[in-house]
Amino acid sequence: MAADTETLDTVQSVTQSGYKWGFETDIEMDIAPKGLNEDIIRLISSRKQEPEWMLAWRLKAFAAWQAMQEPQWARVEHPPIDYQELHYYAAPKKKSDGPKSLDEVDPALLAMYEKLGIPLKERAILAGVDPDSVENRQVAVDAVFDSVSVATTFQETLRKAGVIFCPISEAIREYPDLVQQYLGTVVPVGDNFFAALNSAVFTDGSFVFIPRGVRCPMELSTYFRINTRNTGQFERTLIIAEERSYVSYLEGCTAPQRDENQLHAAVVELVAMDDAQIKYSTVQNWYPGDAEGKGGIYNFVTKRGACRGARSKISWTQVETGSAITWKYPSCVLQGEDSVGEFYSVAVTNSHQQADTGTKMIHVGRGSRSTIVSKGISAGKSNNTYRGLVRMLPGAANARNYTQCDSLLIGDQCGAHTVPYIESRNPTAKVEHEATTSKIAEDQLFYCRQRGLSEEDAVGLIVNGFCKDVLKELPMEFAVEAQKLLAVSLEGSVG
Amino acid sequence: MLEIRGLAAAINEKPILKGIDLTVPDGEVHAIMGPNGSGKSTLGYVLSGREDYAVTAGSATFNGIDLLDMEPEARAAAGLFLAFQAPIELPGVNNANFLRTALNAIRRSRGESELDAVQFLKLARAEAKRLAMPDDMLKRNVNVGFSGGEKKRNEVLQMALLRPKLAILDETDSGLDIDALKIVADGVNALRGPEFSALVITHHQRLLDHLVPNRVHVLLNGQIVRSGGPELAKELEKRGYGDLIAEAA
Repeated sequence: MAADTETLDTVQSVTQSGYKWGFETDIEMDIAPKGLNEDIIRLISSRKQEPEWMLAWRLKAFAAWQAMQEPQWARVEHPPIDYQELHYYAAPKKKSDGPKSLDEVDPALLAMYEKLGIPLKERAILAGVDPDSVENRQVAVDAVFDSVSVATTFQETLRKAGVIFCPISEAIREYPDLVQQYLGTVVPVGDNFFAALNSAVFTDGSFVFIPRGVRCPMELSTYFRINTRNTGQFERTLIIAEERSYVSYLEGCTAPQRDENQLHAAVVELVAMDDAQIKYSTVQNWYPGDAEGKGGIYNFVTKRGACRGARSKISWTQVETGSAITWKYPSCVLQGEDSVGEFYSVAVTNSHQQADTGTKMIHVGRGSRSTIVSKGISAGKSNNTYRGLVRMLPGAANARNYTQCDSLLIGDQCGAHTVPYIESRNPTAKVEHEATTSKIAEDQLFYCRQRGLSEEDAVGLIVNGFCKDVLKELPMEFAVEAQKLLAVSLEGSVG
Repeated sequence: MLEIRGLAAAINEKPILKGIDLTVPDGEVHAIMGPNGSGKSTLGYVLSGREDYAVTAGSATFNGIDLLDMEPEARAAAGLFLAFQAPIELPGVNNANFLRTALNAIRRSRGESELDAVQFLKLARAEAKRLAMPDDMLKRNVNVGFSGGEKKRNEVLQMALLRPKLAILDETDSGLDIDALKIVADGVNALRGPEFSALVITHHQRLLDHLVPNRVHVLLNGQIVRSGGPELAKELEKRGYGDLIAEAA
């Protein structure tokens, strides 16, 4: 009978563990001993064949970190992290000098990325897109596995356009002047506890340079994967957009399902010069822990963009569904006159997940504008906090900010919190803040179910509607993925 | 065939339905009339499975299947449709997307293939046109910013697309002008056939001029106190419920 089949389907969809990326890959690894000290940093630096200045930079960061305390102000709780119990370097063992081309990459790794749906073959990815409608739509991918980049696609095509897209460890060797000029200028080594830690031990990440007047011919993306047990992942991304250039960059991340917590402390720095635009999109899907709150990734990330040039623009779009704890505030420093900062965020927490996320918009330049749209969704026993700072400095004449924070509660055991900080030191600057909190209404669910939708589908539909203003900012391939992810993350959250 | 026997239901332990007996054979349209607060909307909610209502006695079957034992979506799959008196707004949810998701859920349950976006839009546009609804209503968010009349027409559009076997229309005519009223009535009449039956909850005889019922029932204080042919509605229109209330007292 129909009712029985339906029930069976529902039960199946809920019990087939929600996290589909939790498998582990068996790869022979080169792993540094546990613990953090100057020797480990020297080891990382030598494994990466780094120049002397880079090692000195790391050691300076390490000294700063040792004098710092873990921040306590976020609305998150976790047992103390023993930084000496982690591995700070783990890389797939290289057969010779490392793969020269994709053909030389370990087939087990290629198979893993295939399983994750990440194309390391150089072909167009067209998930959910009509191939005829988007001609030759291609995405270049940098794949970071634990501590190292294992493959970067389309490098040749990009080089012809003058774009540099490569692992940051390669950039440090090949483009030292560029890296030295910009690294740490947006997020200084001593910026905060986790940024200092990252600066000391970061192992890989992506480097992007878009020269003057160039519109990057394809979307760039990085997929991060934590695989090895007890490994922290500390990636570093640096994107520089020179005058009148444009780039859209996407990042995605997954990790195996494990009982213990793993630390991920990344730093992302963006620099946009006059009339340059950087669009940075994230779909964060680290392992969130199980239904009882065991395991999961601690995602402690510093992301900041500097709009240095006049009329420059940086947009952050994030869909945060994973991680046991998220501590993340992608920010914009709006130095340039009439520069624009945007932050679009969907943060979903379920079970015992905790998210304390938001943004900082620092208005320095005259006429700078910022928009913040934050959608927080809490279910289960989770806690979801929006924390945002809008600061208008004395020189920010006629600067404007508009902030909209909406929270959606599913069930009665979760929490949603909004903590806006507003500081204005210029009388002509204008700041607007709107906030709403709502529950998925019983009558909305009933209306959908009366039309034949299952409860899970009804929640998915209502939640996607709630997030629409943010999802429409994502590149098309990601928007499709993000919608599915939202539904999966909230499976079993009602009833 | 809908068969209701001795149905009693309460909300927050307050009894609303107090023993309803009603049979609607396939192919028939029955009107439910009665003063405000007599339990008409409750009957629609209980039949479609709204959770706040507790069934305290009796049974309701549709084509032999026990309705009261099923989840709301399973009742929808079995062919039951409720046109809401106050249709619900779903912010950010595109109307066409909502309708297609609903239609495909129903089609799946019937073992039919799902419609893709192109097939669906063709069908939806044709139905919208028949209901004199502008195309852009499909693009807007479900019921958000719709006028009262647009919301009611949107309910009828959903009904036309989902092709239920049993439709319950809860005051779908209230707040409509004469033209819109006729469109709603035509929408229901178009579905009439040997495999379609409907319960039409209304306050007004004028809907029943266009949508002629087989039977009219008067609900008063949770019970059906009078049943008759279409002429009963005309009589009520003239004399009101006063006599019936006096009789029942």
